[in-house]
Formats: sequence, structure tokens, C-alpha cells
Amino acid sequence: MTDLTKLEADLSALIAAAPDAAALEAVRDAALGKSGSISDLLKTRGAMSPDERRERGPLINGLRDRIGAAIAERKAELEAGELDARLAAEHVDLTLPPPPERRGRVHPTMQVQDEMIAIFAEMGFGLAEGPDIEDDFHNFTALNFPPKHPAREMHDTFWLPQDEHGERKVLRTHTSPVQIRTMQRTNQALPGWIANGPPNGGEPPIRIIVPGRTYRSDSDATHTPMFHQLEGLVIDRAIHMGHLKWTLETFIARYFETPLVETRFRPHHFPFTEPSAEMDVKCDRSGADIKIGQGDDWMEIVGCGMVHPNVLRTCGLDPDVWQGFAFGFGIDRLGMLKYGVPDLRDMFASDVRWLDHYGFSAFAAPNPATGLS
Amino acid sequence: MKFTLSWLKQHLDTTATAGEVVAAMTMAGLEVEHVDDPASQLAAFSVARIVEARQHPNADRLRVCQVDTVDGRKEIVCGAPNARAGLTTIYAPLGAFVPGSGITLEARPVRGVVSNGMLCSAAELRTASESDGVLELDDSLSVGTPAAMALGLEAVIDFEVTPNRPDWLGVVGIARDLAAAGLGRLKDPAVAPVPGKFPATIEIRVDGDACPVFAGRLIRGVTNAASPAWLQQRLLAVGLRPISALVDVTNLMSYDRCRPLHVYDAARLTGGFVEARLGREGETLEALDGKTYAVTPEICVIADGSGAIGLGGVMGGESTKVSETTTDVFVECAWFDPIRTAQAGRTLGITSDAQYRFARGVDPEFVVPGLELATRLILDLCGGEASEIRVAGAPPAPPAAVEFDHAYVQKLSGLTVADARIDAILTDLGFAVHGEMVTPPSWRRDVDGKADLVEEVARIEGFAALPSTPLPEMPRPVGGVLTVRQTRMRTARRVMAARGYAEAVTWSFMRTAWAKLFGGGDEKLRLSNPIASDLDCMRPSALPNLIEAAARNSRQGFPDVALFEVGPIFRGDRPQDQASVVAALIAPHPPRRWDAVQDAVPADPLFVLKADLMALLDEMGAPPLQVVQGQASAWWHPGRSARLQLGPKTVIAEFGELHPAILKALDADGPMLAFELNLDAIPEPKRKPTKTKPALALSALMPLTRDFAFLVAVDTPAGDLVRPILGVDKSLIAGARVFDVYQGKGVPEGQKSVAVEVTVQPVEKTLTDAEIESLSARIVAAADKAVGAKLRS
Repeated sequence: MTDLTKLEADLSALIAAAPDAAALEAVRDAALGKSGSISDLLKTRGAMSPDERRERGPLINGLRDRIGAAIAERKAELEAGELDARLAAEHVDLTLPPPPERRGRVHPTMQVQDEMIAIFAEMGFGLAEGPDIEDDFHNFTALNFPPKHPAREMHDTFWLPQDEHGERKVLRTHTSPVQIRTMQRTNQALPGWIANGPPNGGEPPIRIIVPGRTYRSDSDATHTPMFHQLEGLVIDRAIHMGHLKWTLETFIARYFETPLVETRFRPHHFPFTEPSAEMDVKCDRSGADIKIGQGDDWMEIVGCGMVHPNVLRTCGLDPDVWQGFAFGFGIDRLGMLKYGVPDLRDMFASDVRWLDHYGFSAFAAPNPATGLS
Repeated sequence: MKFTLSWLKQHLDTTATAGEVVAAMTMAGLEVEHVDDPASQLAAFSVARIVEARQHPNADRLRVCQVDTVDGRKEIVCGAPNARAGLTTIYAPLGAFVPGSGITLEARPVRGVVSNGMLCSAAELRTASESDGVLELDDSLSVGTPAAMALGLEAVIDFEVTPNRPDWLGVVGIARDLAAAGLGRLKDPAVAPVPGKFPATIEIRVDGDACPVFAGRLIRGVTNAASPAWLQQRLLAVGLRPISALVDVTNLMSYDRCRPLHVYDAARLTGGFVEARLGREGETLEALDGKTYAVTPEICVIADGSGAIGLGGVMGGESTKVSETTTDVFVECAWFDPIRTAQAGRTLGITSDAQYRFARGVDPEFVVPGLELATRLILDLCGGEASEIRVAGAPPAPPAAVEFDHAYVQKLSGLTVADARIDAILTDLGFAVHGEMVTPPSWRRDVDGKADLVEEVARIEGFAALPSTPLPEMPRPVGGVLTVRQTRMRTARRVMAARGYAEAVTWSFMRTAWAKLFGGGDEKLRLSNPIASDLDCMRPSALPNLIEAAARNSRQGFPDVALFEVGPIFRGDRPQDQASVVAALIAPHPPRRWDAVQDAVPADPLFVLKADLMALLDEMGAPPLQVVQGQASAWWHPGRSARLQLGPKTVIAEFGELHPAILKALDADGPMLAFELNLDAIPEPKRKPTKTKPALALSALMPLTRDFAFLVAVDTPAGDLVRPILGVDKSLIAGARVFDVYQGKGVPEGQKSVAVEVTVQPVEKTLTDAEIESLSARIVAAADKAVGAKLRS
């Protein structure tokens, strides 16, 4: 029996020592190949007597099985080692930077505009637009600015040259002309985007907002020749100043995303509203930046009022039947207050560092589930 | 408009403090801009009395004083020549900030003697511009009296007068509103007439067009010296310079009653008449500011026998002005037309207190009473005797009565106010209430309807009482309120930001020279009054502003930028000439990469930009577009630009590399890649009744790909090769994509090899080899037919 024991010991040693798959294959061939040592032994079984076969057969079979298993096990071991070696060779330095990418941003004024649209959309306001180049009628006369009235001078208007009829177009000084375009419903000949938005085409009841570019020839730390306004207009049969107050209070709380912004209404004067008001928010101006909702100072945040009967009449609405309110926010200014932008002029300077810092992610679209920004 | 509390109290019987006045003004619509309060600025200073003044042991010009102060007896070193025992003056304690010298007092030895405070001059308190010693005050003042009180200084309130309320340009008008608001009682502002002692000798004439009503009288035998201290102080407090009694009276009337007047030295008038008429061509006038003005036929002038002697309602003339030698004075009290006066101010470039008031509209019924009041003041201050009054012309009609249903207050404002309270408020404000008819006072020409009356009631009742009423529910469109176009603008912004572009908001105007380079610059679009010469033309494109922004960032050390803007462009001045664009720009200066393949040609960034543009169009739901080269606008690189169009007449976008000459003209370093997309040109998708997507039929069979390498002429666009391949069998060919373009060895001169991977998606059954062969042959034939492509062997 020692021949089998020795053969098993020799083969086991060769298997264990096989350095790689090829050497192991050579061992397998020498043992279990066509004329391998174990194969030869298996062939001897045919010439054995039944007793001998009964005794030696299982021993040879057992040897074949154990060597076969040992080879498989060694093979797996060698493969695992090779994989480890390959993986070790594939090491990379993951502190290296990924390919450079630019980070895109949404401009804060446009973010704020989207926030405002989202809040007012939820209150049922549609969105109307109008041209930036306006005529005198829509920008002034229809809004109850009498011709040559001093109130016109308060607007620092940009003028275009006189046309052949002696009329001068203006860059709109506010978004209020779109009130007129909406209520008058005389835009059929114009492209669809002008004064569209009110679901019923301008027939009252009306509930719209109008965001857009506005222009005044003024330039200092708090004034730029171009800025953005958001106008609101609500016309119905029984809308009064209480509705105006609720609308603005509700907007302010939702916009600043804090429930306790104290506000107050003050009388003011605008030619196109009567009564007219301004709303202030409580703020703290003692520090470097203005904090909304704290302190005991007040800051004007929106001009508003009940639409002047003359404006309604000009637009063909009977002021004894229809009444309502209008308001106008400065979008850039609201953004400066909420997000702490120190200088209005930077809004229009297109400095990539500024845009990156004060801008917003593409995915910060206002959403009732996640908040405004 | 500036006024002081004591001035207000001339007309308002009240115990209110300056703070209470300011609060009441704010809530009544008089927007206070600034309160200059000496009491708080001089809070540390108080009255003191010098008990003893000795010579300083070490300095000839200094005295060591023992002073009784609010803090007890103090030893104070003083350099003033008038520091003497018994003097009542003002004391500043240690730690006080002295406004006139800008220093904070510390206990420091002065030549060996410690001074425990300071005695102050008027200049040190900033109550005079210069002074030559410490203040000398009345001995009746007790030690410790606050300095502001002792000096009669009080708060000056400055507020914004809205254009509808010229009556607030007189202190009595402010007092009337505050009285109505419950701050006190309005003192009777009625004026007692001053009977004339002799007939008027100077004739007055008006041209009603120039000046509706003109009143005047002569006052003989006046002495025009300096006005008394109370008047000087009142004028100084609101920033007016006292000149002489006669002139000061006109300024007082202007600020007290919003009733500007003019005084003429009667001895210098000629012709025996004064008239208000329109200016004559070529007429000039030397005004009181020393400048000579050319008047026009639109301007009202005051004239006598010598010609123009004043600019009506704007400024008097040099030739007839009063002086200290004036003994006979002619007083003018007229009502000049607001619009004419406003235009005269603009034409002449003059804004005077009088012009400001007349332009906004003074009380037309206060012409004669104003003249009476001025007469009384002049007689009191200057002596003399007055003639009878002469009046020419007539004031404009008073405001008409307004029909006023009291329930309208609640209907328009939401406030519940009792009828009696409504009437009381209106009456307090000077309105005459007769049941449902309300007549505004003559000084309230802004009131012409019932909404104006609601405003009066609401602001006096107080906006704080307004209810907060939720808006009624309103049927609204399901699925959002934005139009397709508005949603696209919003989407565009977020898509571009997600793809790495920073959003800029740039001016709608630019310099004309740049606008011309981009197809604009029309005269009709040039501003008459630009804020700067480089912002004088409405933009025909957003690209120049983005180019300039990129160049500016580059100069600041940040050359690698990707910017975009969603905004308007202007092709004319009509509404339909305005379009909304998405413009984007890349200045490609990518940072170096550690993983870049050595010597490999980097991918062309123009195709990165094209990918962004295609992704944007896709997100906005644009239909498939043609790419057309060689027809893009002149500001593009001719070989590296194209336009995207639905058809030749519907160009949606242009993109490419900007022309180097254009960048040079804009002082920008290239290369820069950009696109500009006209949002308004993208057709809107057809409205569908539901949002259901078309059913998706997925084949269970594997797709297969076949590669074809074609030889085509070098100038053949690859797109022209691919399109016909896609059309060979639309049911089988799912895609065709160029994956290699090669020129050089192995390819004949003048040709290029374009390799296309065609994806075939069998639908019903696996294709046989013969079917695939047949399809391949048709593909090759189609490519040949379209662009003469030959299969590369």
C-alpha cells in the first residue's frame, strides 16, 4: 500500500508547490492525464481479481478524487492570487481631480422672480407680459398721469426719438402699462405673448402678475438704469383694500419664509391708484446688513392701491361695477433683502465670481414641497 | 419740505412731541425723510455759570474757571477772551463729543492744570459758522438747562411732499391734516383784511393765458432793514438765508401758507403799470440769480413800461428788486398756471421755491387773502401805509362738488366708518359736506371723485384699521398658470444652469457702434437721453453684452467663462418688434488636465456648445431642425457657424464661433463660441386633450449594427449623408451615426472617409443574411444617390 501513499504524498507536494496555472496543469496531466500516474493505476483495475478490486479499487478511486480536488483547490488559490495581483497593479490615486466642470447658476433676480411667480400662482394669479418699449399712452396717460403733470417728472423717463407724428416712445418706467394692455384687450393684432396670461383673455374678474424689465435714467448705489418690477392686478366686483392687505401680507410671509414678518400700511400717492399706499416691513438696520422681521425700523417694500376710477374708465370698465387693486414690487430689491446682496449694481455686472456666489442651482426651482430656494 | 415743531405750533394747538408729530405724519401719508434733532445731538450740553475766573499760572491767554454745572462745581480751563465770573454759558462734561471740533473730551492737563470739561462757543456747538468766544446767555437761565432748550434750537422735520398735495408745502396745510388726524386743534388760519389808505396808482393787467389772476398793492414809506430775530431763526431753521424784512416776508409766506409772492421796488417800476403776459421772441431778462435768460412765447413774464422785469411764478428780475433803500414797495400776489410754470422751469432750468409751488398748484382762492396777510406782516415789520388792492383776471373755477355715497368708503376700503365720522374727517380737512354732496376746498384741486374722498377718510381713520381679507376663491386653469412660452423661458434658464452656464442679466441697451455690428443701431432705437454714451441704443442681440462680460471677467483673471441670458432683443420700436432670446457664450480656456492624452487633439468645444443647444431645444420641445451652414449672420466665423431652422423663413437659432474681427471690435480676446435662440420662433406643440404618451412598442428581437465607410468629397456635410440613410427603411433603420471622419493616407485627394454606424432594429422576425445584404445595398445606393458617396474598399 505504500506505493499509493507515496504517490499521493508526491503528487500533493507537487500540487502545493505549483507556482502557476501552467505548472499545475502539468501536474494534473502527469497524474490524471492520458498516461498519468493515477490514470495508469485506474487502468490496472481491469486486470484485478474481484477481491483485489474490492480492496484496491476504492483506494485508487479515493486517490483520484482527492488529487483532483487538491488540484481544483490549488487552481482556485492561484487564480485568487492572480486577481489580487492584478487588482493591486490597478491602483489609482483617487485624490486626483475629476475632469473639470463648470458650475452653472441661475441669476438671483430670476430666482426671486420664479419664487414670486410660484407664490402668486398658488393664489390664482396668471402671468401677463408687455413690451419694454411703450408709448406715452400706456406708460402715462392711461395710468392717469395728466399730460405735462409733475408726477411724470418723478419717473426719470428714457425717451426714444420723436416719430413722424411727433410722438415719442419711452422705455417703460414701470410694469403698470401691462395693466392697461390687459384690461383694454386691444392686443389681438400683436404677437400672442403680449398681455396674455389671464385665463379669460382680460375679461374681468382679472388676477394677474406682470414681471419684467423696467427703466429709469438714474444711477447710484440703489438705482440702476434698468431694474425689474413685478406688477399685480386684481379686478372684480367687490375687491377692497382689505383684500390688498391680505394678499401682500400673505405674500411677504411666504416669500421671506418666516411667519412673523411684521408689516404696516401707510398712505402714499400714485396717480394710478386711489387710495394709494405703501407697505413697510419691520427690519433691523443697525448692523452691516438689513435683517427682515427683526428690530424696530421700517422699510418700504411695495407700492400699491385701489385702481383709480379714471384708469378703469380708460380701459372701458365701469368703476361703479368693477374695482380692484394693483401693486408693484422691485424684484431685484426683494432679492437683495432676502439673500443679503449688498449692492444693486452688482446684479448687472456679470462677474462670474459674484454669479457663482449669489446665484442658485439649476435644481433650486421653487417647489411647494421643498420651499422656494 | 422742512419745518420746525414751534412753527407747526403756530397753527396747531398741540402738546405733541416731535416724535409724535413724525409718527402721525407718517400714518397720514406725509412721508418723513429725515429729522434733524439738535436736542439729541446736544443732549450732553447744558447751561453753566462761571463763579470765578483766574489767570492760568502757566499761560497768558488761558483762564482757570470755577464753574457751577449740572454736575456740581468744576474746575475748567478756558481760552476764550470773554470767560469771566458771572457769565452764563454752555458746559460740556468729560466724555462729550463736541460736534464743531470733532473731538471727545478727556481729562487732560492743559499746561499743568487739569480741565474737568469745556465751556463752549456757538461754533463748537455748530449753531453758528464762526464765533469769537464762549456763548453768552441770558442770566435768567438756570444751571443745568439743556443746551438745545437754552439756545431755542428745535427739531427740523423734512418730509416728501407727493405731487398731489401742494398744500403741504405750507406749514398750515400740514397742521390741518395733523389736526384731522387727532394730533391737536387747528388754529383759525383766517386773515383779517388791511384796508387801503389810498387808491392804487399802479395799473395791473393780465393776459389770462399767461396768468389767470394777479393782485397787487403799493405800500409806501417802508423801512427795509434786517428782519427780526424770530423771523430770521424760523427761516434759518429750514435752510433759508435771511436777506431783508421785505424778502423774508415773501419767503415766510411761501413756507407758511404755500403762497409765494414777489416784492418790487416801486421806485424802479416804469410806465405806471405791471402786466403778466407771454414772453416775446428775443426778449431777455436778468433774473435775481444774476443770470440772463432768454424768454420764449410759452413763458409768462411780468413786464412794466421798460419790458420784462420778472419771470412769472419763477423768479423776479434784477432791475426792480428791493434793497435797503427801498421805501415804496409793490407787492405781487398772483396765481400762475401749474403746467405753464412747470414748463417754464424746465425750459429755463430754474427750480425756485416759488416755481416748485406754482408748478404743483397753489390755492387760487388765497390770492387776495395772501396779499392781505403779507401786507399785515410788512406793515408790522417795516412800517408804511398800504394802498387799495387791485386785482386783474379771475381765479380758475373752484373744484366741483362730488356725489358721495358714504357706503362707498366700506365698499372700496373695507373699513367700517360711521357716517358722522366720515363727515367729521372731511370737514376737518376743509371739505364742505352737504348730505351726499361733498365740495373739496379750493386748495385741494387733486380731489375730483369719490375714490379721492375714500382715501381722505381711510388715511385719517388710519390704514392700521384695514381688515385683512382673504381673496375670494376663483376658478383657475388646471395644470398651472404659465403659458407654453413662459414655461419655456423658465425651463431654458434651468437647463442652461444645469449644463454649466452662469446666468447673466445685462442691460437692454448698448453702444450704437456695437448694435450696428449686430444688425441694429436704427435711429428709432437710440435713446434721446441715455445714462451714458455707451448705453444709448436698444440691443438687437444679447451677444455683444455677453462678449463684453466675458472679456471683463477675463481682464479680472477669470477667462474661462460660460454665460447665458434669457431676455429681450429689439428689432424696431413696436411691440411686435421685441423678441425673447436665449443667448449663451463660452470663452473656452479649460484648465489643463492630468488625464489628458499626450499629443491628442482635444475635442472641438464648438460641439460641446452644439450639444448644449440641442439639449436646450429638446427640453423646450422644439421639433427637429435643419442645420444650414454658410448663411449665418455676419458676426459669425463663416466656416464655423450655422443656423438651425424649420425652413428658410423660420430661423430658430444661430450658433458657432464668433468672428475674430467682431471680437476685436468689441475689445475681446477670442475664440468665443456662442448661440442665440429666438424663443418666440419655436412653434408651440399642438394641445392634446390628455397627457397620455403614445404607446411604446418594444421589439423582442436584438438590434444589430453595421458599419459603412464612405468616400465623399471633402466639402460634403456629414448630415447630408446620414439623412438619406435614415430614409432608406424607416421601419427597420433605428439610427445612423457618424463615428469617424478621416482624410489623408489611403484616401484620395479631395475626398474624405466618413464612417457611419447603422443600427437595424428587426420588428417581426430576425433578418436573414440575404435581407441584411439587400438592406445594405440600398443604404449604399441611397448614399451614392444623395451625395455621390462610394463605399470605401
